[in-house]
This record gives sequence, structure tokens and C-alpha cells, in this order.
Amino acid sequence: MALIEVKSLVKHFPVRGGMLNRVLGKVHAVNDVSFSIASGETLGVVGESGCGKSTLGKAMIRLHEPTSGVVAYEGDDVTGLTHAQMMPYRRKMQFIFQDPYSSLNPRMTVRQLLKEAILFHDVLDGKSDTELDDYIDDLMQTVGMRRDAKNKFPHEFSGGQRQRLGIARALSVKPRFIIADEPVSALDVSIQAQVLNLMKDLKEQFGLTMMFISHDLKVVQHFCDRVLVMYLGHVVEEVPTRDLTERASHPYTQALLGANPIDDPSERRPLTVLQGDVPSPFSPPPGCAFAGRCPHVMDRCRTERPLLEIKGGHPTACFAVDAGGRLPAVSAAG
Amino acid sequence: MKQNPNSPDGPAILRVRNLTTSFRTDDGLVTAVDDASFDVHQGETLGIVGESGCGKTVSSKSIMRLLPEHVTVYGARSQVLFGERNLIKASAAEMREVRGNHIAMIFQEPMTSLNPVFTVGWQLDEALKYHTRLSKRERRDRAVEMLRLVEIPNAEQRIGEYPHQLSGGMRQRVMIAIALCCEPDILIADEPTTALDVTIQAQILDLMNQLKEKTGTAIMLITHDLGVVAQVCDRVMVMYAGRVIEEGMVEDVFHRAQHPYTRALLESIPKRGRVYPGGRLPTIPGIVPSLTELPEGCRFEARCRYSDGATCVHTEPDLEPTDEHRSVRCHYPLGSARERTASVSVGVTDQREGAS
Repeated sequence: MALIEVKSLVKHFPVRGGMLNRVLGKVHAVNDVSFSIASGETLGVVGESGCGKSTLGKAMIRLHEPTSGVVAYEGDDVTGLTHAQMMPYRRKMQFIFQDPYSSLNPRMTVRQLLKEAILFHDVLDGKSDTELDDYIDDLMQTVGMRRDAKNKFPHEFSGGQRQRLGIARALSVKPRFIIADEPVSALDVSIQAQVLNLMKDLKEQFGLTMMFISHDLKVVQHFCDRVLVMYLGHVVEEVPTRDLTERASHPYTQALLGANPIDDPSERRPLTVLQGDVPSPFSPPPGCAFAGRCPHVMDRCRTERPLLEIKGGHPTACFAVDAGGRLPAVSAAG
Repeated sequence: MKQNPNSPDGPAILRVRNLTTSFRTDDGLVTAVDDASFDVHQGETLGIVGESGCGKTVSSKSIMRLLPEHVTVYGARSQVLFGERNLIKASAAEMREVRGNHIAMIFQEPMTSLNPVFTVGWQLDEALKYHTRLSKRERRDRAVEMLRLVEIPNAEQRIGEYPHQLSGGMRQRVMIAIALCCEPDILIADEPTTALDVTIQAQILDLMNQLKEKTGTAIMLITHDLGVVAQVCDRVMVMYAGRVIEEGMVEDVFHRAQHPYTRALLESIPKRGRVYPGGRLPTIPGIVPSLTELPEGCRFEARCRYSDGATCVHTEPDLEPTDEHRSVRCHYPLGSARERTASVSVGVTDQREGAS
């Protein structure tokens, strides 16, 4: 059974302004998103800024209250739960933020930071302080930090170490599911690899299920089993990672792949250059959100929104893709 | 895109010699760039790569003399030679003439370099007013022309808009338009696409390439993104902890890296289609040494698996030419007769980052 099931999740943010601070409209951050994550799986969510990938992650653990839809953990819908009812689920579902520094209280030592979460969720069933310290020592070691580092403050660590602390805090309450929102984007390349390896090890060691949100296709391809591609609040394609380069068929997925510079100068090629910008999520176009930039656009795309359908073995939301998962050759005019 | 342009054989328009840039801090003098020497040739794209704190941005800001003068100390032998002039010794008035006219710069976050209270047209006009003798009408025409050159749609209309009305990609285009409006010889681009999405990054890189072909402007591209370097640069210089550690044609450096750091850095990026044992990426153990506590020997020694534990610890290697257009700062360059075999396996040292 799927550990996590998301059905028709919608998150709209009201935009207020003018006289009396009336609601002028809404930002369609996440629109009718459905997917599931199997136990032990790592799901990648990719897309550009503003596509709703972070909002999706935050809505799933109700850091943003979803507008509508269902988020089920082992079949239990968590969207309608009260604060107290939500607590056990919060413990099961943890979040790792992009910038670990702004998510760690600068006035608390590492020990205090970890202790807070551990006591709050009563992870150790009210055991003694020595046991708590042993537990914290183990955690520090698990994420590759020295034990005596627990008496330092967050500002005394480098970016990579802070991200290790962020991971340690998420792990401290023994979660089963972790949402990592751009966990390595703020880190240097060599540190990225260290943190990715650590996350991979921990995933295996603790049997974690993960959702990995990133704008970096290279990292997602390396780290995830399956990828959800988002554009302007919609999932446009859902594809197993091994098929991403060869069989991804949505024009936007292909554009993303083509725009990503390959780090090999002998594979130089003109980068895929999409015209224009992402439309505003304040007033999304009526049809396919990608229609305005799509080289395969047809009249139908501008009026009707394509839904996810299985084409070429995986779900794609595009009218131009045929049942075998192929796109027609594109005219030069684009 | 040209694969192997002859640009490094072209005339050097900027010669940097023994550039040492230090800052006065509470912990004493901290040297961010240590004795860097390199040339920028006409019409080439030179990439400068390295991780945070390696000195790549300080190098470019030293060339432009954009660092705060009261805390910045340039080494006595430092020279940035543009033509006959040494920019390190140039007066404020001379620098104003060089900036924009001869060397222009664009930055990572265009919103912080554009003035939010003036229109795009006003900001283009300002650059033209200072650096050209064009009339008001001619300046406006030139401004529209520049916006068209950077492919901003509805240029006549956009010229009256404010920076906040533009998207990130459009703002970076405006910055490029301002930088290029006086036809500089060199464009220094400091992480120009880092704040942008990949599809917008592709647009900007494509634009920079086109403009280079059209105008012949040399580009110094500062980035941490090796993919960007591989796609657009002719030559590349790798920096580590304030030192230039390797320099060469992009193909040579990417395919036959001679410095262990360069090779390790390239290997730590996940490669499409490659299977990694246990799903683990090769990593560089440890972290960059602090600029206030630099080791006596090679600055990469503590993280290097080829270290001999003796010479490498005590003597810092010089940047030595190994081939035409090629130099490396290592006692035992990879692929050379002096190469050593790795002394420590990668996995063992993996945990050291946290331990430091």
C-alpha cells in the first residue's frame, strides 16, 4: 500500500488589497495535484520557481493549510485533523528545509534544538537525561558530526554541517516519511555530494520514504526513483527516473532536460531555448499552462486543460503526445 | 558555438599579474586572492570556477576596483594591466572612465543592481550620458536599440517600466543591455544565471553567446556551475582557497584535469546515465580551509587523496605551465610523469566533513 496518498490537492492563496483589504483574487499555487508514494520510495518533484513544488510539500504536512483535497498517511486523511490529532502524524512526517540556518533557532545550542523536538514528541518515553544525551550523541554520529559539536550554536557551523543538523533534527523524532525541500541547493558542489550520500545512507539505514523537491534535474535523477514534473501548480508528467531522459514526453519536461547544461564540453549543443516566461499564477491561462511557450501548441491547448493520461507507459498531461508517448516533429517556427 | 576557437592566441586585452587582495578584519589581514596571474584575450570567454570563498568574485571586483577601499589592501606587486594602465593604481576618475566604457560588469541578482525608483530607460540613459556624447534623442534611440539587442519584446514600452515590473530573466537582460551599451571590451559576468531558472538560464546564456559573436566582447564568466562552463566557455581557470590551481582550455580541463581538486570536483556532480556503486557519489572529504588558518603547504593537501604526506604538507606548489595554455598548481599533476597513486580510499575519509 502507498504510504502517502495525495488526492486532488489544491492550495490557493488569497490576494488582498484595495479598500477594506478585500480579496482581489487568488494565487493558484497548487492545482488539483494527485499522486502517491510507496513505502521506501523516493519521489522527486521538479519544476522552476513558482511552480508550486514547495507549496505542495508544505501543504502535505499542513505548514500551509490545503484549500481542498486529501493527504493520506497510511490511508488516514490528515487534512481535517485538529492540532492535537495531527501531532502523531507530524512526528511521522518530517521536513528538511533549503536553508538550514534560517530553520535553526540561533539562540539554541544544537543539543537544545534536538532536545526540544525529542521531548515535544516524547520520543524516548520520558527516559532520563543521560539517555537523552546518549540519544543525541548517537544522532550526531549518524549524521557524521562530532559529539562535542552539540554544545555549539548554529552560526558556528558551515553550510554543509548546518544541513546535517537539519537532517539530525528531522531524524530525531524517528519519522517514516521525510520531505526535503531543496536540501542541497544552497551548498557547494563538493558539499552537495557529501549531503546527498548521507541522505542516501540514512534512507537505507532507517527505511525512510522520501519526497525530494528540487529544481536540479541532475540531482533528482541521481537520487530519486520517480519524478513528478510541475508547471504552474499542475503536475504535467510523472515518470520513473530511469526513463526520464529517454521516454519523458511532455514538451515542458523535454525543455527542462534540454535547458540543463551538460557538464561535458565535448557534448556542447545549443541549449533548448524556450521563449517567454512562466505565466502569472495570479491569472493562469484557461487551457494548458504551458501553451504560451510550447513549441507543439495546438488550438485546443489554449482553451482546454489536458489531464494526466497514461501515454508511453507513464502519466503525461499533453494533447500533442500520442498514445505511444511520442511528440510530433516540431515545425521550425515553434 | 565554436569548439576550439583560437582566441587564447589572440592579443591579451587584460593582463592580471600577481594580484593579491586582502581585507583588514578583526582577525587581522585576510588574503582572499593570493598572487593570481592570468590574461583575458580578445573575443574569448574565460570561465572562473570554484566554490564559495575561493576568491573568484574578489578577483573580478579587484579588476573593477569595486571593493571598499578602506578595508582592501592590494599586494605591492599586484597589477591589473589594461592597455598601458595599471588599474590597481588608477585614480577614481580614471576608473570611472574604464568602468562601463571598457570593462563592464553584471551581477548575480539584477534586482539589487538596478535602481528600483527609476525606469529601465532612465538607467540606460544614465550610462550613456556618462560615457558618450550622444544627444538626448540619440540616447533614447540607442536605449531602445539595446533593449531590442537583448531581445526584450516591446522595447519602446518596456523602456518606461520599473525594475519590479520585470521578471528575473528580463531584469538580467536589462543589466546586460546597460553593461553593453557603451560597447565595452570586456564583460565580467559574476554568476549571471545563478538566481534564474534553468529555462531562463538557457535564454541568457544563449543571448550572451550571440552578443559575443556580434560584438566581439571578451567575457569573464564567474560561476560555480561547471555545466555552464562546459557549455559556454573557451578557457577555464579553477580557484581554490584564494589560489589559481588550474588553468586551461575547457576540453582539456574537463577531460584531463591535472589538479586532484578539479578532478574530484568534476566527479562529485551526478552524471546522467552513470551508475554509482551503492548509489553514492564520489565526494571530496573535509571542507575548504579557513583563509585565516591556511596550511603551510598545498591548500588542498588535507582533502587530497594523492598527498605524499611530506612535500605536500610543507611546501606549497607553484602554478606551473604543463602545456600550451595549460598550467597547474600541484607537486604531482595527474596524467603527468610525476603522478602519484591515491593513498587513501575515498570511502574511509567520507565522514570527516562533520568532524572538523
